[in-house]
Amino acid sequence: MAQHNQPSPTDLKDLQTRELDAMCVNESTLKHPWWYNLKYSAWGLLFGIVFVKAEIISWFRIQEMFRFESFHMYGVIGTAVMVGMLSVLLIRRTKARTIYGEPIHIPNKEFNKGQIYGGLLFGLGWAITGACPGPLFAQVGAGFGIILITFLSAVAGTYTYGVFRDKLPH
Amino acid sequence: MLDLIKQPWPWYVAGALIGLTVPYLLLVGNKTFGISSSLRHLCAACLPANISFFKYDWKKEAWNLFFVGGIALGAFIGATLLADPNPVELAEPTKAYLAEKGITDNSHLMPSEIFSWSNLFSLRGLIFFVLGGFMVGFGTRYAGGCTSGHAIMGLSSLQWPSLVATVMFMVGGILMTWLILPHLLTL
Repeated sequence: MAQHNQPSPTDLKDLQTRELDAMCVNESTLKHPWWYNLKYSAWGLLFGIVFVKAEIISWFRIQEMFRFESFHMYGVIGTAVMVGMLSVLLIRRTKARTIYGEPIHIPNKEFNKGQIYGGLLFGLGWAITGACPGPLFAQVGAGFGIILITFLSAVAGTYTYGVFRDKLPH
Repeated sequence: MLDLIKQPWPWYVAGALIGLTVPYLLLVGNKTFGISSSLRHLCAACLPANISFFKYDWKKEAWNLFFVGGIALGAFIGATLLADPNPVELAEPTKAYLAEKGITDNSHLMPSEIFSWSNLFSLRGLIFFVLGGFMVGFGTRYAGGCTSGHAIMGLSSLQWPSLVATVMFMVGGILMTWLILPHLLTL
């Protein structure tokens, strides 16, 4: 089993900043060469294929979903949540560790008003663009070049949020 | 076999594979699933500009950028080697509604009437690409996650703030689709 060092105060501060307004955080304190990250690219590759083949990146499917005229997207998201929930339950019950022996940690999210205002704003944008952030990458990859503009606008939106974060209600 | 893969995949196959992302990321590296943060890491990597929200070691989250890079590449494979030549099969009521609004080209996953370069400098382009994209980027970060982070990872780990966020995503989408989009589509 690998040795786990206690994180230093600067590491902890860095982790706290990364955890701000974020669901997905690297909780590992291990340092690996860059190519270890290819594990994530490999899964991303499968993920991207699923996105296209199940037409999750289609603007049409998002319209159907919000118009309640097709079960497809509800089925996809519902199944994903069920599988995810069962997995997390099993991981917690068995106190499973990562393949490098680290204890698995799932940080808890605290409620703030951003989940309401930001959530609403994202929902409005989702119905227009037909894309959440993941599908944006996939739409560009699938050859819809114009989505590069949507993507850059999304980066600009995130940047603007970072600039004005302290002035917004939370 | 290849013919089967080329057909549109059913929801339960896609849902199961997407759900398995949660344990995969936890087990191979103690990472919690989420995609919208990649946009933030790009900001932190390219132009941190002394903004405290972007002042962190983005390299520690580089895994997320490798992940989204994989998504783009996978989508390319899905749209080329595994491409389905048939048009998108839409629910009849959706198809009728969109046709009424002049959206009839379902030969690709995105309607060419909206998502094409020729619309870039039009009002339509400004709304569907620039404004829409901006709301996705700003909103997801303000909410602290997107469909993957909140709706899938957050709900999977039973976090009620994620349920609030997910409900708000749906409320926003429904308001846009039923009240605003009908006007935007005729612009």
